[in-house]
Amino acid sequence: MRIIPFIASAVISSGLVVVLNTTLVLPAPLGKLLSPQHGIWQNAEAADKDFTADLTFPGLNGKVEVYLDERLVPHVFAEQENDAYFVQGYLHAKFRLWQMEFQTHAAAGRLSEIVGDKDPHILNLDRMMRRLGMVYSAEISQKEVEKDEAMKAECDAYTAGVNAYIETLTESKLPIEYKMLGYAPEKWTNLKTALFLKYMSLDLAGHDEDFEMTNARSFFSADDFVKLYPALQDSLDPVIPKGTPFAKQTVFPKAPVSVDSAYLNNKDIVYTEEQKPDRDNGSNNWAVSGKKTKSGAPILCNDPHLGLNLPSLWYEMQISTPGFNAYGATFPGAPGVVIGFNDSCAFGFTNGGRDVRDYYEIKFKDDKREEYLFNGEWKKTRWRIDSIKIKDKKDFIDSVAYVQLGNDWCPVMYDKSYSGGRNTNNKNYAVRWKAHDPSDELKIFNLLDRAKNYADYSTAVTNLHTPGQNCAFACKNGDIAIRTQGEWPAKWKGQGDFIMPGTDTSYLWQGMIPQDEVPFQYNPERGFISSANQKPVDESYPYYMGRNYPPYRGITINKRLAAMNNITVDDMKALQTDNYNMPAATILPLLIKHVKENELNADEKKYFGLLQHWDLRNDVGSKGATVFEVLWKNFLDTVYSDEYAKAPKVIERPFGGTLIEGLLKDSAYKFLDDISTPQKETLADEVTIAFKKSSAELKTAEANGKLEWEKYKGTAITHLLRIPALSRLNLPIGGGINTINAAIETHGPSWRMIVQLTPQTEAWGVYPGGQNGNPGSKYSDTFVDQWVAGKYYPLWMMTKGEEKDARVKWKMSFSK
Amino acid sequence: MKFIISLILTILLSFVACLYFPWWSIAIVAFIVAALIPQRPGKAFLTAFLALLLLWGGLSFWISYKNEHILAHKISLLVLKMDSPYLLILCTALIGALVAGFAALSGSYLRKGNA
Repeated sequence: MRIIPFIASAVISSGLVVVLNTTLVLPAPLGKLLSPQHGIWQNAEAADKDFTADLTFPGLNGKVEVYLDERLVPHVFAEQENDAYFVQGYLHAKFRLWQMEFQTHAAAGRLSEIVGDKDPHILNLDRMMRRLGMVYSAEISQKEVEKDEAMKAECDAYTAGVNAYIETLTESKLPIEYKMLGYAPEKWTNLKTALFLKYMSLDLAGHDEDFEMTNARSFFSADDFVKLYPALQDSLDPVIPKGTPFAKQTVFPKAPVSVDSAYLNNKDIVYTEEQKPDRDNGSNNWAVSGKKTKSGAPILCNDPHLGLNLPSLWYEMQISTPGFNAYGATFPGAPGVVIGFNDSCAFGFTNGGRDVRDYYEIKFKDDKREEYLFNGEWKKTRWRIDSIKIKDKKDFIDSVAYVQLGNDWCPVMYDKSYSGGRNTNNKNYAVRWKAHDPSDELKIFNLLDRAKNYADYSTAVTNLHTPGQNCAFACKNGDIAIRTQGEWPAKWKGQGDFIMPGTDTSYLWQGMIPQDEVPFQYNPERGFISSANQKPVDESYPYYMGRNYPPYRGITINKRLAAMNNITVDDMKALQTDNYNMPAATILPLLIKHVKENELNADEKKYFGLLQHWDLRNDVGSKGATVFEVLWKNFLDTVYSDEYAKAPKVIERPFGGTLIEGLLKDSAYKFLDDISTPQKETLADEVTIAFKKSSAELKTAEANGKLEWEKYKGTAITHLLRIPALSRLNLPIGGGINTINAAIETHGPSWRMIVQLTPQTEAWGVYPGGQNGNPGSKYSDTFVDQWVAGKYYPLWMMTKGEEKDARVKWKMSFSK
Repeated sequence: MKFIISLILTILLSFVACLYFPWWSIAIVAFIVAALIPQRPGKAFLTAFLALLLLWGGLSFWISYKNEHILAHKISLLVLKMDSPYLLILCTALIGALVAGFAALSGSYLRKGNA
């Protein structure tokens, strides 16, 4: 008679196992996840964990000793250079495997495979990556890298190191994110390294506004268009100072004869909406010569502004081999030290930001898209069939057409089957992106890590094609330099600002700016070099540079550096974390003068008082900064929203700097008038309306305890999966988009570095993260508070003989 | 006596099984122990329940303690929507305990059925 209870209890226990082992009922397989011997508890790293290890791998050629210091920064000493890259791969994987795979999966358009399609945005993102040809360009780049024997050996060693670690993984040792998402890592390959670099290229050189600008050009009159989107900035202080002579122009791009009718004055409206890289990607770098420093040695500073995530994009390490000894920030996913210093010199980058991604409208013979018109002939399309795996679903098949424009095969990114959500006109747009061209970016870091002087540095950076960067350099022999490096298309004026006709050669890129015509500065008279993503040159440079460069950080830095002498490392720390708001300083007096004070109520008067007494700094605790930033946002909106009310949705509003320059030139600025009302509005009307709107917002913010700038802004370092519990939210840090300390909501200085090139190098650095990517490690976000406080760590370039130093906490030995 | 032996056996075998097999091997262990060592069904349930409550609770507590509860703070926020490492440890222990308890119950009924 015990059969029934037996069956009942057996059903209950199997049912429990099924429920707790799958996601059929619960959102997560809780049994699997919480099992102390399998699940997340295994990722709870003991706070006193001993990282000491003795490891042998047949892939090694000699011995490698790794000394981990108290911040978990590895100092790698290898007898053979490629063994160092093997161990770098191993360490990257040991501490950052999940992010390496996640970022390269994202680049390859494979996120649906691991997160599914609950969020339709993910499949669109995957299709965008594939249609932009990310894998296509990574394949080309891998081929190019592998042509160079030394680089192939470096990449092979790195890949072998990553895989040596992956092979040691068991279910319980998997990084926690794999357990939460329910998948396992695959083998690393050189293609994945190439994909990672393309991920960076997309972030840094993937930005374009071609569709937005095409719509703006078509919607506004030619006169208004120039006023809203000026190609010139009055306030510009370029990277290469005005008056610097340039190399003689040797490439002369010619605009096609039809340029006015078919291009500049074409009134086609396009609707495509893209997923775009962050427009705020930017950075600062500068170097001051020994003439201006207290020590007499040059100092180099760099802080690249990128998305702020956990795990961080950067991993800090020292690599020492018989051929080189370098320290700095490395990319988990690629070999070498990227931003750092060696025994002779230091190097750092800011984004060049030029437009290297253009679109061509393609004419297909019919809906089958098998043939397209080019130079009067019907040519055959090539197809790339992309099968996108979706977790728990059938694959999604996407066929991407490739057309040959001149010599380049370009993917037709947007067509009737893919619009990024918005294309209603059934047109076909192929994308010509510089990152599709063969290049070997890893070579730069290989050469910079061992560079001894200016000549070595110049040779190294000429390998940089895409993403083009302003490469800063300083050397112990006293040299400082900056090269606005990259392989840039030589464009005729206006080329690629809008979508171009793609039916013949006339609108194609006609050549590249030769490397020796790249603007640069070497030991300039003024005693410093700097860049902050502003336009690299003024109008005397013969090639077209495009538009929309942010001017203000550059102005602030140059003013401050010009005025400084006897500079110390502490001065540089203060400058790198400075919160002075240059555009506010420029425009605030005019705004304050025009606010109609007599029309303000008591609340509004209170906020107006905060504004009047504001010290123009976006510091922690500043209420005036919040009032200004809210006012400025509302003022831009008040001034322009009437003009844009009937404009196409896919459009970019003017930059704040455009409004500032417009008002400074003429306080009766044309767009102040609200065209939807019969009367004519003035600056006073518009700024008062904006102020009243802002006061309402400020009152809400104040009621929520968020009137202080850092609370209003709420800078966050979010986990790559956007899980709040694994993120650091509401960090008390000042700054903003136009301050040198460019910390905004989810974006900011991703690695602050200062290197003084005295005989004994003195270097400082900090990044907003931690060395261990495991959220269960004490070292997962160790540096965040230091970064928030604007403090630095001394960067220790360890030398042989210091093995017994108190800073060394653990030793990992690698041998054959 | 049977209670003590079953309890210790379930704890030890569950620990060893989980070194090599998936987490649900605790159910098989509890089932077998209850089938081999006869106890009243209610007692069998209690024994295995307590065994895994102790094993999983103890293991997760020890791991979390050594970890200074860094991960448990984060995961409890994510899973339980509240910051409570001890509640997460309790949930872990209860999950193990329930699965093992019901498995032992069916093991015990199997034994009774044969007898």
